[in-house]
Amino acid sequence: MLSARSLLVRGMLVGLAAGAAAFLFASVFGEGPIGQAIGVEAAHAAGHSHGESGEHELVSRTVQSTLGLGTATLVYGVALGGLFALAFAVAYGRIGRFGARATAALVALGGFLTVAFVPSLKYPANPPATGNPDTLGQRTGMYFLMIVIAVAVGLLAVSFGRWLHPRLGGWNATILAAVGFVAVIAVVQTALPTISEVPDGFPALVLWDFRLASLGTQLVTWATLGLLFGALTERRLRVRTVLAAEPAASV
Amino acid sequence: MADVSLPTPAVVPAPAAVPLRQILPWAVFGALLAAVLLYFVGVEQGVLSVFAGETVHEFVHDGRHLLGFPCH
Repeated sequence: MLSARSLLVRGMLVGLAAGAAAFLFASVFGEGPIGQAIGVEAAHAAGHSHGESGEHELVSRTVQSTLGLGTATLVYGVALGGLFALAFAVAYGRIGRFGARATAALVALGGFLTVAFVPSLKYPANPPATGNPDTLGQRTGMYFLMIVIAVAVGLLAVSFGRWLHPRLGGWNATILAAVGFVAVIAVVQTALPTISEVPDGFPALVLWDFRLASLGTQLVTWATLGLLFGALTERRLRVRTVLAAEPAASV
Repeated sequence: MADVSLPTPAVVPAPAAVPLRQILPWAVFGALLAAVLLYFVGVEQGVLSVFAGETVHEFVHDGRHLLGFPCH
């Protein structure tokens, strides 16, 4: 049997790898749009400084885009990896006859959809120079509320699907549960207040590139978590099965 | 198990769930740790501040934007 402690440790280590992968992706695809957005901000000479002004440079752009970004993605990866491993520990053996690899992939898919993708549909990531500092409190609250709702509705959809399973079979139960998830999320997202703060004249292409890079960073993080964690856990289980089988065979 | 006529499974046997009682203490520990880490990457020196100033915010600035956290 798997132990919760070793799963948690493995999750946090795999999270480190996921953070590294996210850093690579974000460096290649995310830093361009961030630089362009800061360029737009500097051209309009408005508000918040990002260290480029030189007057009170707390952290230089070079450090922000390398060491700072790397630290953020690694710490984020470790935290997410730990939570992912705990979700895996609960899901394994409880969501059907899926092995470790498939369970990890499904948990990662669920995590990406509910923690990253669905919240980003309503409250997408914003590049520098597009937010109003006065509404930060409201935006932060709404963003985390959206994540909590998406995760809760996702868990409800899974138990709904499990409940339908004996009646309708796996295929139809999964489709109905997914439709239910989309319907409830659609209602919630329509009801929640819209935040529209991107200033007029901000280049649409920069916004699009940034948001795509942000979503890509999340996808890379969750995919690395799910696939690497699943592969390592499956290998561990195989080794243990072989070890358990060997003494009997040698008798 | 002892019946040798049964084909031996080539893959991992049916998944054995980890007892929730065993997960719980690690879940509390892991969730607290993750909350602290996520707080410093995502929120510190935004809506809430443990340390005064803007240095933590500015250091993780690019990551905070790209990971989708609301930012100034």
